[in-house]
Amino acid sequence: MKTKIKTTINLAAVIILLFSMAAFKNYKVVKPIAIADDNELTGAGATFPFPFYSKLFDEYNKKTSIKVNYQSIGSGGGIKQLQAKTVDFGASDAPMSDEELKNSPAPIAHIPTCLGADVVTYNIPGEPTLQLSGDVVADIFLGKITKWNDARITKLNPTAKLTDLAISVVHRSDGSGTTYIFSDYLSKVSAEWNTKPGKGKSLEWPAGLGAKGNEGVAGMVKQTPGAIGYVELIYAQQNKMPMAKLKNKSGNFIEATLASVSAAANVKIPDDARVSITDTDAKDGYPISSFTYLLVYKTQNYEGRAEAKAKNTLKLIWWTTHEGQQFASPLMYAPLPKEAIAVAEKILKSVTFNGKAIL
Amino acid sequence: MQLTGTKQIRKLQFGEIFFRNGLALSALALGIILLAIFITILVASIPSIKAIGISFFYGKTWNPVENDFGGLPFLIGTLITSLLALIISIPFSIAVGLFLGEYFTKGFLSVFFKNIIELLAAIPSVIYGFVGMFVLVPFVRDLETSLNVPPYGVGIFTASIILSIMVIPYSVSLIRQVIMLVPSSYKEAAYSLGATRYEVIKNVILPYTRSGIFAGILLSLGRALGETMAVTMLIGNSQIIPKSIFAPSNTMASVIANEFTEATGDVYLSALVEMGLFLFVVTTIINVIGRQIIKRFSIN
Repeated sequence: MKTKIKTTINLAAVIILLFSMAAFKNYKVVKPIAIADDNELTGAGATFPFPFYSKLFDEYNKKTSIKVNYQSIGSGGGIKQLQAKTVDFGASDAPMSDEELKNSPAPIAHIPTCLGADVVTYNIPGEPTLQLSGDVVADIFLGKITKWNDARITKLNPTAKLTDLAISVVHRSDGSGTTYIFSDYLSKVSAEWNTKPGKGKSLEWPAGLGAKGNEGVAGMVKQTPGAIGYVELIYAQQNKMPMAKLKNKSGNFIEATLASVSAAANVKIPDDARVSITDTDAKDGYPISSFTYLLVYKTQNYEGRAEAKAKNTLKLIWWTTHEGQQFASPLMYAPLPKEAIAVAEKILKSVTFNGKAIL
Repeated sequence: MQLTGTKQIRKLQFGEIFFRNGLALSALALGIILLAIFITILVASIPSIKAIGISFFYGKTWNPVENDFGGLPFLIGTLITSLLALIISIPFSIAVGLFLGEYFTKGFLSVFFKNIIELLAAIPSVIYGFVGMFVLVPFVRDLETSLNVPPYGVGIFTASIILSIMVIPYSVSLIRQVIMLVPSSYKEAAYSLGATRYEVIKNVILPYTRSGIFAGILLSLGRALGETMAVTMLIGNSQIIPKSIFAPSNTMASVIANEFTEATGDVYLSALVEMGLFLFVVTTIINVIGRQIIKRFSIN
């Protein structure tokens, strides 16, 4: 009897303890950001421009003593962190969709910082430089062209020695901005691709194998005879992988280089900079190119942020789109063309704090 | 020591109660954590349950672009790879368990082998993935070429082989222990009747330990169902329902790991959480069935 009572009391004590622990949840935990120094900025998002940003922010720190902590957790994560207002800025490879913008607590501005590109790489004997067109790439990834000596490929490459080797398609298995850019391009050049699978960071792939990350796709392509895949330009260049020249809208076969990627952005850019430049109209532009963006709230006085902090955030981004551009090319990122910088300036000048422009 | 007064008795009692409560709290906390995990993922899957409904469990398409999510290809991939891994690993697990539990129970070499096998469990799964990719995949590709199936190299077969190596330590450690626990009087009785060692194993040890052996296998199955990294590196990550064991496939754990970081949109994110819930439920069902079989197998 006595032990029973004791057990009951003990249990009650435990439950009370648990409830009191739960009650703690309701106390507003001071976010680290709120107590952080105004000279310390945090950002999170895209992994693709991470080497560029980390070099930039390091240089900026040397120059201004402002410390930037950037977490490359992926574009999706960056958008979520910005929406939760836990970071000063987010970063994304693809512009935010209308739905994402609608689900955000306040209007968000996109500022382009540099350009990236996807290349089509392959593993065929002799490693010839292939010339491919958008519709052929689409049909290969749809699983409709299955042999390397298919008439549509040989027609574009009359001099290359192509055998009846089977084509193994390799795509990304993880959600990725790289896949977004690639599928965005294919959606524009192939009506069938546009209906299905469409464009997105992850797709319902009709054919092929999935591998994780650029390194996964590159590794799988290198290992598998007859494989074809897509990786970021930087990754392909660093690993000296064969890259196909792609036929752009103007009918020119363009090799992916920093110059041809920058050239792809020589098009009319809308005021909010949310633009897809795949399948570019630019004559010498490489067709699978894309901007990568930093994201900030258009109104910076939220969650009791100090004006100094808002100013520091905006100044950093301004520097990134101007002086910072010199660090892009050495790291194999394509710098912004003049037109894009002009748009970025306009967007940055429109960001306000308490109704007043910050810059 | 002599107890000299009520004060000291109280002090001892207090220590006892304090200790017992500590244990109870730890046990209770674990139960609550499990329940809390379940509730958390259940709540987080609500948007997906609402949007997709029951077809999540039998739908064949997984299309993040159209927000159409069906988990069947992943369920099939998970079950096939885990079961195939189990089938490959069982003979080895029992053989190694017998060797270390019956033939080779003492001495330096026994300890050495035992530690080596336990070390297999300590290797990070990404290392298994790499070994699979660089050693096993070319080998499987040659095999596939000679069998005249598409020579991907990666796929269910490759993933299962690596998985079977990964789960062996879990079953071996349990099987070895239950085999060592077979009372020597049973074995001696069999020997005295003129049984050979093989006959003792076949007629005494294995029947006596079958529930323990099954428990070991169940433990390794749990490990196989949830393994993510090594499998995702080797399975080919294709959502098309596999037609042969050489075909690429995908598992529930690897689709979550692959797509979670870049999943935007409420339904998509929630569908991935629901996949976790699905895996939770599948694992629970398999464990419950397993426990029933163990019960039936037990001798007393």
